[in-house]
Amino acid sequence: MNRPWLLWAPLVATACIGGLAIYGLAVPKDEQVHSAMIGQKLPEFALPPATQGVFPLSNKDMGDGSPRLLNIFASWCIPCKAEAPQLEELKAAGVEIDGIAIRDRPEDVAAFLDEFGNPYRRIGSDSEMAVQLKLGSSGVPETYVIGADGTILFQHIGDIRVEHVPMLIEKLKATK
Amino acid sequence: MIAEAGLAAIWLAASMALLQFIAGLTLLRDGAGQLVPLIKPAAYMQGALCTFAFFALMWLFYISDLSVLLVANNSHIDKPLIFKLAGTWGNHEGSMLLWVTILSVSGAAIAFLEKRIEVKTLSATLAVQGFLALGFFAFLLFSSNPFERMVPAPIEGAGLNPLLQDVGLAFHPPTLYFGYVGLSIAFSFAVGALLTNQVGPAFARAMRPWVLGAWIFLTIGIAAGSYWAYYELGWGGWWFWDPVENASLMPWLAATALLHSVSVLATRNALRAWTIMLALVAFAMSMAGTFLVRSGILTSVHAFAVDPERGSFILALMLMYTGLAFVIFALRIGTVKQGEPFQLLSREGGIVANNIFLSVILAVILIGTLYPIAAEALGDKISVGPPYFNKATVPIAVLLMLALLVGPLLRWRRDDLGRLKYWLIGAAAILLLSCLAIWKFAPQIGIFPLLGIALSLALAVAAWMPLRGRKLLRTPIPVFGMVIAHFGLAVSVFGMAAESGFSSETLTALAPGESAKVAGWEVKLNDVNPVVGDNWVAVEGEMIAAKNGNEFPLHPQSRQFFKPPMQTSEAALLTRWNGQLYVVIAQPDQEGDGRWQVRLWWKPFVTFIWGGAILIALGGAIALLGRMVRRTKNSAINKWQTE
Repeated sequence: MNRPWLLWAPLVATACIGGLAIYGLAVPKDEQVHSAMIGQKLPEFALPPATQGVFPLSNKDMGDGSPRLLNIFASWCIPCKAEAPQLEELKAAGVEIDGIAIRDRPEDVAAFLDEFGNPYRRIGSDSEMAVQLKLGSSGVPETYVIGADGTILFQHIGDIRVEHVPMLIEKLKATK
Repeated sequence: MIAEAGLAAIWLAASMALLQFIAGLTLLRDGAGQLVPLIKPAAYMQGALCTFAFFALMWLFYISDLSVLLVANNSHIDKPLIFKLAGTWGNHEGSMLLWVTILSVSGAAIAFLEKRIEVKTLSATLAVQGFLALGFFAFLLFSSNPFERMVPAPIEGAGLNPLLQDVGLAFHPPTLYFGYVGLSIAFSFAVGALLTNQVGPAFARAMRPWVLGAWIFLTIGIAAGSYWAYYELGWGGWWFWDPVENASLMPWLAATALLHSVSVLATRNALRAWTIMLALVAFAMSMAGTFLVRSGILTSVHAFAVDPERGSFILALMLMYTGLAFVIFALRIGTVKQGEPFQLLSREGGIVANNIFLSVILAVILIGTLYPIAAEALGDKISVGPPYFNKATVPIAVLLMLALLVGPLLRWRRDDLGRLKYWLIGAAAILLLSCLAIWKFAPQIGIFPLLGIALSLALAVAAWMPLRGRKLLRTPIPVFGMVIAHFGLAVSVFGMAAESGFSSETLTALAPGESAKVAGWEVKLNDVNPVVGDNWVAVEGEMIAAKNGNEFPLHPQSRQFFKPPMQTSEAALLTRWNGQLYVVIAQPDQEGDGRWQVRLWWKPFVTFIWGGAILIALGGAIALLGRMVRRTKNSAINKWQTE
């Protein structure tokens, strides 16, 4: 063998793979899928109203000079019920909230709003999850902070807990 | 009492492994090795004690002794008997006990049967074997004690993961383990031969049956796992390039390469260092496979097997064994002399091509599987999916298939293509004509399904060519094995290419009385009924599939298990000679308008994939059997001559 160092290549490869594996085990895993859309303008969409008596939602309804929250929910989603009081609290604090109902039926949305209140300015119906995908959202509920110019600034994954309310208000204030 | 006896047996077996290892070390120190005579008896004892421990655990599962933590966690008094017994290895602790049991029984078998290699090499091999076993005993005793008691004992037990309550799957992990253990024995032989400087044909002949056996089990294990994923997950696919699937495929690729190179070493005394290298890599890959499954480092459909702490233990073992082996390799391989020379165009050359292509595919899959971890280390989050794997592996597989059209027909040492010119023209004609025919019949077909079908047709003929001009009765049995295995590959590739090129799919929602069409079949949903099983309830679709006036009943189910709660879908499969109709019914979605979501596939020739795999394994088994027969005959002749 005229290149003896080559004999050690397998060992080096093993060490590299081992190092990688140790790293992979040591670093806590983040199972959440973060949106790649943060920092970008809202994608174009136009959704029909999710039930009778609510306004439809398109991307042009946001980014009209005032920042707001975009809440992705569904009547069939349990954590969405859990976060309803926090949304009411945000609304009482003067936050404008738009909603997108995912794979939902009008009568279910109506029943949901009756039972848990309606904090939304507009609610679009995304029956095929197309807009949800465009937003880079992988589940319900999720809440986005949308800037005054229609830029997606922040993504909150999962239900809004009581402790998240001041944080979201802070984020909204910071955009002004 | 039985649990305690089982635990004691494991401890004693571990001490036997330690003895085996230490006795082997004395061999290295003074060359005389006064303790060497102890190695064989220690190997026998180790095998016997592990077998006892394994059957003790099986007995505990049989009587559902719920005071044993493992039984309580993985069994349920209402479970059918077969799954109670399968519960013995259908969990981490039990499967590790099965691992060491197979390992020690194989060690005992080597000690008893192997007479072709020098005593020194055999002793070194068994010492390495003991060292390997020691690591797994430590793992078993310190972090995976299968006999741990639980106080107080529960009344009914938690149950086995419902996805795993399936006869096919009950035998999938142990089959793979047989394969992995076989590779560990090849590893021990390789290190033993390297340490005692005996890398030659005798060593290769001793190692070959273990490689062949391991390879047969891996082939069956992978095929079974693939078929399980096909009908149990209800996604209609048979290979997902899931990290865990890759983890089982990588050792198979290495074993396939090793199987071929070890033949060269045994027959022609060439490819010495390369064969040793492959033996080490094959075992490293099988450890890596176990690690990937157990550690949960990558998200996968096998998430049920995840346990990070144990993953670390397996990782440590893997790095220690592989690292040490590669150190020995680097230090000792210089003492292995160059093997016999051969020309590029020869059987050896063909096998080298096979080895290179297989190794490249292996590397491509390894990189793709590990890439997400590397990317995450660099702060990026991605997953590598089928588009990468298909694009990167299929072209190499095409080259591999091309080489296979000629390789087995070449002579050892040197050959010239002029001798094979008629066959070369014939093969080219088959390729060209079948490409044109398929093109005419289905112009929209992709390039790889097209090539796949054409190559599989050519290979289906090429596989039998080595028998041409031979007297069949005087042909060595292993040649038949090779022919059948290569023909099996052609069958399997044909199935893969046809399925990926010509599948059709319909996704629809049906109310009772409505029907949907797929590929000439009309499938009607007559009714949906609740059905009850041992430990599940389900909705079952009552469907009729009709084509050309023939009607067939179909009963897809969507099952709900209770312990633990989980939903699975049982696809209804209607098998025809030229494909399968695959029907899945889902629980009704929120809509509640009386419709059921139904998914229909027509998958042409999909069963050929697994049928081919069975032929491949059968070819291996025939070769193995042939070698055993020949060996018995030879030793009988030797005995007669010496007498």
